[in-house]
Amino acid sequence: MKALIPVMLGLFAVAAQAATPNEILAGYRAEAAKHNPRYQPSAELGAQFYTRLFSASAKMPSCSSCHGDDPSRSGSHVVTGKAIGPLAPGANAERFTDPAKVEKWFRRNCGEVLGRACSAAEKADLIAFLMRGR
Amino acid sequence: MNALRLLTALLSLPLLGVAQADDMRLPAGAPPAFQSECGACHLAFPPRLLVAEDWRRVMAGLDQHFGDNASLDEPTRRVIEAYLVGNAGKPNKLGPAGPASPGEAPRLTATAWFKRKHHEVSPAYWRHADVRGPANCAACHKQAAAGSYREREIVMPGGRRWQD
Repeated sequence: MKALIPVMLGLFAVAAQAATPNEILAGYRAEAAKHNPRYQPSAELGAQFYTRLFSASAKMPSCSSCHGDDPSRSGSHVVTGKAIGPLAPGANAERFTDPAKVEKWFRRNCGEVLGRACSAAEKADLIAFLMRGR
Repeated sequence: MNALRLLTALLSLPLLGVAQADDMRLPAGAPPAFQSECGACHLAFPPRLLVAEDWRRVMAGLDQHFGDNASLDEPTRRVIEAYLVGNAGKPNKLGPAGPASPGEAPRLTATAWFKRKHHEVSPAYWRHADVRGPANCAACHKQAAAGSYREREIVMPGGRRWQD
């Protein structure tokens, strides 16, 4: 039985890769609540965050620079011109279903656009906005 | 019989040349990370578009990748580099891209081969809002994502077919 435990843990880890946008949102919400127990995700703040112009990058000042003003439609990479599928999970079922992928792109894109890491509250607000739609 | 074989071989030579230039399907063995990492921001470029030494330079400077920080964890970086280097272009055919300016990664649009292939394309097309530069293969080569670069598939910005 003891020998089976690592195998079972391994299976759990694989299964944990697949998630729903709601679950991923709940994860960031719980993280944000550690700093502010009264925190609630706000789609309104997420909408403002999505189009806010930051000053770290002249080429890509906001999320919407590449993902487009309407996240339920395709965007286009502002440097390479490559098409980017819709970011809103309602329009693109692949979005926000893999926690590791979500974290990777927050890490990369927040660094690029904001010049710093995004807070858990910013991530939760953004996902709340993307799930609600414009 | 020998003469016939020779004739067949000679006739098929130019055909082979065309087929090789048009067919840029990714060589077998691409690691999944090649598509998900490199292919996220731009086309997952055919490895034969740069020589091995230039791919090594690209993969050594991902933290400053044409203005982006595209750095990878070391195991992923290594597996992608091995795929690119193992399937790299032939130096005598392609020519090196070399760094365009000190500290910059080699551009696959800077090889002698790429320039020769595109010498008829006016610079205005590269600057077009739908193109944004010569590395956006799929802007005109409509089947680029599938690795096909046939001339009859080319549609220029504005909708004109290259062949018309």
